[in-house]
Amino acid sequence: MSRTRDGNEHDGLPDPALPPPTVWEERGISRRDFMKFCTAMSAALALPPAFAPKIAHALDQVKRPTLVWLEFQDCAGNTEALLRSSHPTVAELVLDVLSIDYHETIMAAAGHQAEEALAKVTKEQKGKYLVIVEGSIPMKDNGVYCCVGGRTAVDIAREVCGNAFATIAVGSCAAYGGIPAAAPNPTGAVGVKEAVPEATVINLPGCPLNPDNLTALVVHYLTFNKLPAVDSHGRPLFAYGKRIHDACERRPHFDAGQYVEEWGDHGHKKGYCLYKMGCKGPATWHNCPTQRYNMKTSWPVGAGHGCVGCSEPLFWDSMTPFYRRLPNVPGFGIESTADKIGAGLAVATAAAFAGHGVISGMRHDKGKPEDHEEA
Amino acid sequence: MTKITSKYVWEVPVRVTHWVNFLAILVLSVTGIYIGNPKSLALAPSGYVMGWVRFIHFVVAYAFTISVLARFWWMYKGNRYANWRSFVPFINADGRHKMGRMFRYYVFISKEVPYVEGHNALAGATYLLVFGLYLLSIVTGFALYAEYAPDSVMFKLFGLIFIPFSSQGVRLFHHILMWLLIGFAIHHIYSAWLMDVKERGGVMSAIFGGYKPLREKE
Repeated sequence: MSRTRDGNEHDGLPDPALPPPTVWEERGISRRDFMKFCTAMSAALALPPAFAPKIAHALDQVKRPTLVWLEFQDCAGNTEALLRSSHPTVAELVLDVLSIDYHETIMAAAGHQAEEALAKVTKEQKGKYLVIVEGSIPMKDNGVYCCVGGRTAVDIAREVCGNAFATIAVGSCAAYGGIPAAAPNPTGAVGVKEAVPEATVINLPGCPLNPDNLTALVVHYLTFNKLPAVDSHGRPLFAYGKRIHDACERRPHFDAGQYVEEWGDHGHKKGYCLYKMGCKGPATWHNCPTQRYNMKTSWPVGAGHGCVGCSEPLFWDSMTPFYRRLPNVPGFGIESTADKIGAGLAVATAAAFAGHGVISGMRHDKGKPEDHEEA
Repeated sequence: MTKITSKYVWEVPVRVTHWVNFLAILVLSVTGIYIGNPKSLALAPSGYVMGWVRFIHFVVAYAFTISVLARFWWMYKGNRYANWRSFVPFINADGRHKMGRMFRYYVFISKEVPYVEGHNALAGATYLLVFGLYLLSIVTGFALYAEYAPDSVMFKLFGLIFIPFSSQGVRLFHHILMWLLIGFAIHHIYSAWLMDVKERGGVMSAIFGGYKPLREKE
C-alpha cells in the first residue's frame, strides 16, 4: 500500500509521474489537506490567497528551528489547549517541524537532565531559538514565589528569553500577568515583556490562547523568517486587530436593539445580543468570532455566553463583574454601579441646592439694589 | 434716582455655544444612557434602534466638539467677558479675593452680594473645571468611538489612551463624566436662578439676549 498525492490508498507502486512524497505525505497528510491548511493559514494571517503556495514551500523545507516551552505561574491551560486540538492535525505537525527541546509538561527528560537540555539551547543556539512562555512571572520578594530547579522564574526568563530570537507569550498570564496579577496581586505577577524588557516578545493572550493563532504565528515565522506586525499591546494584528464586537455574529441584534434581558429568556433562545448580560465584546480585541475554538466548532458568544474579555491587558480586574456592563467603582459597595452612584450624586446635588435655596430665600442681603418702589 | 442702562455682555458666539452645549449635553446624556443600558425596543432583527441612537450620539458629539472648540477660539477673539482670563481668576490676588468673597456669600458667612458684569470669579473658576470635563468627555468618547476602525487616524490619535488605561476603565470614566456634568448642570441652573434673584443683574435673560442691566446712581 502506498499513498498518492490525493492521500487515497492504492495497491502497487506510487505513480512515477508524481513527484516524490514530501515530508508531509510521509507523515500521512495528503497534498490536498496540506494545501487546504496552507490556505487556511494565509487566511488566518490575513494574507492574500496567493501566499498559500509560498507558505507550502516554506513548510516543505525542514529547518527544525529549536523551541523551548517554559511554564511559570500557570495552569498549563495553554499546553492543554494545544495538545487537545482534536485528532492529529496539520497544526500539530507544524509544531513537530519545530524541535521542542524543553517542555515541562510533555518532555521525557526530568531533573538535571532536563535543565541541562535547556542550558545547552541557550548557550549553543543563542539568538536563534524560539521560546514560548506560559504563565506569569512573580517579581515580588525577588521572585521567590515561582522557582524551577532552584532558580526563580524571572531569573530563568532573563536568561532564556533574553538570548532567544523571540519569545511568544501564550495566554493572558504570560502576556500581561493574567489571573495571578488580579488585585491584590500577592506575588507581584507580571507578563514576560514587563519582567524582561530587553527580550523580543510577541503576545498571544487569551485564556487559553487559540492554538490556531499560535500555529499561524509559527507558520508566519517559518514562511517569512520574521515576526508579524503587532499592536500597542504587542499582539499580532492578524489575530487581535479587530474587536470581537465588530465581527460578532450577534452584532445585527445589537444594532437592531434586541438584547438578552435575562438568562434563558425569549431573546436568549433566539440568539439575541448578550450586551446587557455583561458581554465584553465591545472592549476585547480578538479573532474569536472568525477563528473560533476546538476545530472551529464554537466560541463563547456563539454558545450563548457573553465574552469575558480574557485576552485583554488588565483582565481580570477591568473585566469583572462578568455579568455587568461596567466595572464597579472603587470604594463603593459591590452592588453599586457607576450609574446608580451618578444618579445618587445628581439627586444629592439637587437636594443640597434646594436646601441652599430655602436658606437664601429667607436671608436679607446687605447692599441690595434698591427695591422696586425706588427704581 | 437710579438710571438703568444696558450693557452688551454675552456676544453671539458665547450664547450660541452655550445653547449648543446645553442641547448637546442633554441629547448625549439621553442617548448615552440608552447606549449604556438599552431596552429591547426592536420588534424585528431588521430594526435599527441602537444603530440610530448611536448615530445620533456620534453626530451630536461632533456638534458638541465643534461648539467647545469654537468657544475656546472665542476666549481669544471675544470681548473681555468671554476672555480666557475670566476662567482663571486665581492667577492674581484680586481674582482670589473675589473668589473668596463669592464663596463667603454662597456659604452664608457674608451677606454682601458681589455684583459683577461678567462671570463672577467663583463661577469662572468652576467653568474651567467644566471645560476640563468637556475635554475629557470628548477624548474618552472619540477613543471609544474610534475602536471600530483601528486603522483610522482617529484611533491612532485617541487610541493612545488605551495604552495606560483599559477600554472598560475608559468606558466607566466616560459614564462618570456624564454624571459629573449632570451634577454641574443642576448646580448651574440653581446658581443662575439664585444670582438672578439676589443680584438683580438679569443673568437669566442675558444668556438669551446678551444684555445685562447696569444701575448707575445719578
